[in-house]
Parts: sequence; structure tokens; C-alpha cells
Amino acid sequence: MKIELENLCKHFGETKVLENISLTIEEGEFVALIGPSGCGKTTLLRILMSEEKASYGRILLDGKELPEEPDRDRGVVFQKYSVFPHRTALQNVLLADEFQKAPIFGTLFGAKRRSAINKAEEILQSVGLGHACGKYPHQLSGGMQQRLAIAQAIASKPRVLLLDEPFGALDAHVKQEVHALVRKLWRDVALTIVLVTHDVSEAESLATRIISIGGHGGEKDRPSGISGDTYLSSDPTPNGEVVVAPSGYLHSLQALSN
Amino acid sequence: MKRVINIEPNQSLRWFLILVPFVATIVAYMLASDARLDANAQDKLLPSLSTIGNTIYRLAFVADPRTNQYLLWVDTFASLSRLLPALVISVAIGLVVGVVIGLVPTARAIFGPFMDVISFVPPLSLLPILFIAMGLGETTKILLLVIGITPFLIRTMAMRVGDLPREQLIKAQSLGGSSWLIARKIVVPQLLPHLLDAARLSIGPALLFLIAAEAIASEVGLGYRIFLVRRYLAMDVIIPYVVWITFLAFVMDAALAMLQRVLFPWFQGAR
Repeated sequence: MKIELENLCKHFGETKVLENISLTIEEGEFVALIGPSGCGKTTLLRILMSEEKASYGRILLDGKELPEEPDRDRGVVFQKYSVFPHRTALQNVLLADEFQKAPIFGTLFGAKRRSAINKAEEILQSVGLGHACGKYPHQLSGGMQQRLAIAQAIASKPRVLLLDEPFGALDAHVKQEVHALVRKLWRDVALTIVLVTHDVSEAESLATRIISIGGHGGEKDRPSGISGDTYLSSDPTPNGEVVVAPSGYLHSLQALSN
Repeated sequence: MKRVINIEPNQSLRWFLILVPFVATIVAYMLASDARLDANAQDKLLPSLSTIGNTIYRLAFVADPRTNQYLLWVDTFASLSRLLPALVISVAIGLVVGVVIGLVPTARAIFGPFMDVISFVPPLSLLPILFIAMGLGETTKILLLVIGITPFLIRTMAMRVGDLPREQLIKAQSLGGSSWLIARKIVVPQLLPHLLDAARLSIGPALLFLIAAEAIASEVGLGYRIFLVRRYLAMDVIIPYVVWITFLAFVMDAALAMLQRVLFPWFQGAR
């Protein structure tokens, strides 16, 4: 799904959080939004999720106005609270089908239920949780919970996956595993992914394109715009803004594409 | 020397410690009762344990000569058939209205502040109105209990909805959940264990209203009996009745706690 942002601004009262963001994300891109905390990258993601409304500007998804509410086109994984604690792993993944196919009772029966369970089990297998179908989230480790959150999100076949610091609370080696999983899903399912992270090396190792937000040298009351946009390819940057490309970036991105 | 906050009694000591205050209370009562009966054998204020035992036997296992009924059981049945329906009705209303207020901004705007104000109307002050409007029957008593505890349950449930992480509601929407299904599959199931907690906390106030209603207008019931025999200073009836009411409330509380553990195994872990 192609995402276009045009002159996007977000103000909270007097505070300008985002200012004049213009950006096009092509279908199938894996974009990382990076920047220091408070730079507005999470706000941008929330706007993409329809959780917040932009103050000015507009967003187009495949040429259509961004819907006013979250919908099935845009899946999401948060750092915490992405899974439902009262449902087992299987029930968490089953939820998308129950919402979609049983709009009145929210419960599937008979053949429909069996096929939904089979599908959910397959998805859990694919994220390496085949053995944990019957476990509740609190019985899973942090990394497993995040894999469950990803499984649950892709079960509803979103066209865009929005990731809000989903690896922030994980140990380094667990992070590696989940990174590999996300890369694999991105390739297999042909998703468009927008990842928010404060971790440059994470962005480098995952994304095909890195957009850095803010970074105005810590000046106060200065709203964040895009301060850098690094492509795998040599596309021009939006608005002709400064390209921030530390030597490591392009190198590691090219390494990934091989 | 270890800090007090780090000293954990072991299992057997723990059981002993649990029993201490109970035994101490009974012993203190016996001493006080003996002292008063020594001074005046006719004293009615602190009857001896054997007198109380005889009275309990008479109330529970000997039919009352005038009515041919076993008073303790008749009273217990009458009171429970007021208390339990009232609790069930209140809990049901509390859940539904609480979820609606907590989840639907429009409903919150309409009913939230209204409930906040309503919940401070002292229910007992409404009792005369209820008697005038609805008569002295069972409905009035059950209604008093419902009026007494429902506002608390509604407010608690609405607050618990607000405690759910916003991430959950966003995620549920991104999976295609409608308002109704999000309430049904995400919000209500997570609220039920909290509802049982709230119901446990409501037992105390519910008993207060029950005994008040029975004291004022009733012909049978635990509260009625206590206030009836008060005229004869029948402490040998009042004391076991108070203990019995306390015990019933304790059993209900423990049963609800157990129900919560059995029905919602995820709940303790998710806390």
C-alpha cells in the first residue's frame, strides 16, 4: 500500500510536534523512522494509525484519504500491551477471524472454526510459537509475546504493518531473532512496513530506507521535520532536504539487499 | 537482626498466628462473661458460652412453638433470598452500564457525571420514599440493596475500562473489531474478574442495607430477628446471629475469590 504524506503538521496546543512532513512510501517498502525521543516519530505513527488526527496536511493511502479510524488495512505492533492477556496465544491469533467472520457473536462454530484454528496454528508455527498455542501471554517471554503480537497482526492480512518500538524491551539476542522474523515476513507477505525506533543500528539492519525525524540539535520549541532520508537506491529526497547518510548506512543497507 | 519487613513466619507458625486473634477474642469474651455472671447470675449482657450454645440449639434444631418453624434457617433463607438476587441484579447492571459508560464517549458524557453525583445520595435516606412508593414488600427491600450498591459497581467498572491500555483498543480495531465485538471479546472478559472483586467489596454495604431494611419493615430475616429480640436484651440470640451473618458474608467472599481463580486463570499472572 502506497502511503503519501503531504505537508503534515501536528500541534499539541502551542507545541508543534511535527511540521511540514512530506513523504511518499511506496508499496513494499520497509521504512524506519528514527530520531531522539520526543521528536514526534511515534506521533507520526499514531497519525498513520488514525489514532491521532493531523493538525494540517493530508495523508493518502493508495490515493485515498486516510480513514478516520483504525482498520484492517493497517496492522500494528506496540512495545507493550499488543496482545490480550485473557486469551491464549491461539485465541489471540484467532481474534481477527472471529471479528471478521462472526460479526454478531464473535464466536466461530463447526467447520469455520476448525479452518480458522488451522490457519491460526499455521501462523503461530510460522513465527515459531507452534508449541505455545495454549499458553497465556503472561506465560510467554518478552520475545515470544512480541512474536505473538506480530502473528496476531498479520492474521488479519493487513497491507501496512506499523511497528512502534516493538523490540525496545527485548534482550539483544532475542531482538536478533525477532528482527529475522520480521524481515522474513516482510519478504514473504509483501507488506509495507513502517518501523519507529530510536535504535539506528536496528533501523540499519532492518529497513530499506531510513528517515530521520527531528535532530535539530536539541533546540527547544523547534518542531520536527524530516532531517534526513536515506534510500537504498539513489532516489531524491522529498523537499530536497539534507540527506543524512553516515558512512555505515548505505553500506549496511546494500549488504542487506544482497 | 533482620528488618521486621523481612521476617516471614514459616507455615506452621503462620497457622498459629492466624488462630491467635480468634482464640484471644473468645477467651476475652469468656473472662468478661464469667466476671459479670459472678457479680450477677441474672446478667443478660454477656451470656456464657453454654447459654449461647443452648440458644443456638433451640434456634436451629427446635421448632418455634408459636410458628412451628426453625427460626435460624427461616431467617437465613429469608435474608439470603433478599441479598443474593439483589447482588446478582446489581452486578449485572454494574457490568453493563459500567462498560457502556467506560467505553462509549457519548454515554460517558451523558451518564458519567450524573452517576458521580447520584452515587452520593445516601440510600437509606431513600428508604422512606421507597416504602411510600412501593409498599413494605420484598421488592422494596431488594430495591434498597440494589440502589445501595449499584452506583459503586457502575463507577468501579467504568474506571476499570479506563484502565485498559489504549494499545489494546487500537489493536482490536486494527483487527477489524466493531464496537460491539470489542466490548464483548476484549473489554467484558477482562472486566469479569474485576467484577468479582467489586462484588466481594459490595457484600459489606449490601448487608448494611439488608439489616436496615429488615429492622424497619419485615416479619422474618436475620436483621429482623436481631432487632426483635433487642427488646428483651436477648444477647444469647443477638451474638450468634451476628457471628452467623459474619460467617455467611465471609463464605460468600471466599467463594467469589475462589471463583475468580478458577474461572480466570490468566488474571493473577497478567497483573
